[in-house]
Amino acid sequence: MNKQLIVALSKGRILDETLPLLADAGIEPAEDLGKSRKLLFDTNLPDVKLVVIRATDVPTYVQLGAADLGVAGKDVLLEHGAEGLYEPLDLEIAGCKLMTAGVQGAEPGLARRRVATKFVNVARRYYAEQGIQADVIKLYGAMELAPLMNLADEIVDIVDTGNTLRANGMEPRELIATISTRLVVNKAAMTMKHERLKPLIERLRAAVAERHDSSSLSA
Amino acid sequence: MTIADRWLLPDGMDEVLPPQAARMEELRRALLDLYYRWGYDQVMPPPVEFLDSLLTGTGTDLDLQTFKLTDQLTGRMMGVSADVTPQVARMDAHSLQRQGPVRLCYCTNVLRAKADQHQGGRSPVQVGVELFGHAGQEADLEILRLALSSLAVAGAGEIHLALGHIGIYRSLVQAAELDTTQERALYEALDLKSPGELAARVAECVADPTLAEMFLALAELHGGDEVLEAARGAFAEAPAAVNAALDQLLALSAGVRAEYPEVELYFDLAELRGYQYHTGMMFAAYVPGYGQALAKGGRYDDTGRAFGRARPATGFSMDLKLLASLALQPPACDGIWVPAEAAEQQAATIAALRDAGERVVVALPGQRTGPEAHRCNRQLTRSGDDWQVSPLG
Repeated sequence: MNKQLIVALSKGRILDETLPLLADAGIEPAEDLGKSRKLLFDTNLPDVKLVVIRATDVPTYVQLGAADLGVAGKDVLLEHGAEGLYEPLDLEIAGCKLMTAGVQGAEPGLARRRVATKFVNVARRYYAEQGIQADVIKLYGAMELAPLMNLADEIVDIVDTGNTLRANGMEPRELIATISTRLVVNKAAMTMKHERLKPLIERLRAAVAERHDSSSLSA
Repeated sequence: MTIADRWLLPDGMDEVLPPQAARMEELRRALLDLYYRWGYDQVMPPPVEFLDSLLTGTGTDLDLQTFKLTDQLTGRMMGVSADVTPQVARMDAHSLQRQGPVRLCYCTNVLRAKADQHQGGRSPVQVGVELFGHAGQEADLEILRLALSSLAVAGAGEIHLALGHIGIYRSLVQAAELDTTQERALYEALDLKSPGELAARVAECVADPTLAEMFLALAELHGGDEVLEAARGAFAEAPAAVNAALDQLLALSAGVRAEYPEVELYFDLAELRGYQYHTGMMFAAYVPGYGQALAKGGRYDDTGRAFGRARPATGFSMDLKLLASLALQPPACDGIWVPAEAAEQQAATIAALRDAGERVVVALPGQRTGPEAHRCNRQLTRSGDDWQVSPLG
């Protein structure tokens, strides 16, 4: 019976923080992910393989069942929508905030607000909930530039320290959501491979809890 | 107009080519025959109905799935059927009005305004059965058995059957006296099986600590047989309806096991699919290699109320296109080739062969393709004055 597990991991900062957690749960890549140009990796376990892909692609891979489980930021999950996915575990890594931001001191006018973001769905939903008419402009990067160039009145973006905002004369405004990294699982995979998946989720949960305890001790 | 404009089909609208079309038809007949043998009468719902009847009691999901158009005769809005189940419920409640249990089956094209998450297309062929007029678990078991038999007919192996019961969540929501907004918040967290999110929502909405515990337990109650046992402990003090639901799941799983020991059972007490219309047990059947369920069903009592006759109802449906992909074989090379010159004088022989069930392909004068291209393994050849069927070398 084919009970192979495919795990989809988000490239970049999340990856660096995910690998130690996976190692604690007993999964280690067979080679250094950072040094290879490969996309599909074997692990120490014969039935587990890793794919390393763009963060925004992780929910798609897991939702369509190309991967059984994945690691993705809540920001990406909010934007993608949760249909077909379970989100059984908050890995408590790569924390940040999804916020609106604008030019320091500038009051948003009463007219339609122009909002630049790569989180189009989140922004649309957020402004609708606030009762604000917003025209959402999709950009792929350097959001901070948009208000300065009068392309938008506000932006919706991930805020970590807020330094980039301040360096560009902007200020964070409203908090939309607190973001951390989540473990996501395909619904069909949970049904068919629960005997393999549930213990794995438990080990990851224990690994997260351990980290949580040690960090609160040191704090 | 570019050339692409002339052949491009709308997103998710697919044409079915050979050999898949033949496989679908073969499967359609096999399934309808199966349902006939189980005592199910076939119905054919109209492709278009007024929205008022089409979307009654089905919730917003189906509304978004339904293509809409205006009826020029009455000015009323019509919808193209996106799900046959409410239509069949209307037939039972209003058109048939029979006494006692009514068993109906169907196989029909539907259209979906939105392709589902698996890009399964917007023009599935929905095939399924509904059993009205019996509220007991015996009816649910019959539906489960028929669903598993259907999958066997389609050639599915390694079936994983996920069982759930919406009554558990419903009873807890009722006991906690949640309003719609709170209930919605809990629903979203449970649907994600996210214990963290759920804990936050439960802390906001559920005051009673015993009930709060039970909601939190739901997020973890999915897996093998151990789930039902764990649920007994977790719901010891729950409303009676919750334990009745557990009893029902236990009985259904025992019934399935007895007859289909090879089917893997999975229980998910927090499965909330179709929350808007399901009222009892729910199931979904999965097969490895498919990221979505091949058959989905469950109990949906009361749907007929809007049509003047509330009736217990249970049933399931499948997408014939998806099913047909399970055991798709290359088409058989089984025909008899008749050379063009023999066509006229051998008309009687050809007719006799066709009557006997043979596939006979008569060549047309001047055609360039041979018997192989037309999947023939034999041909009609002359031996003396006679014509005989002989194998092709």
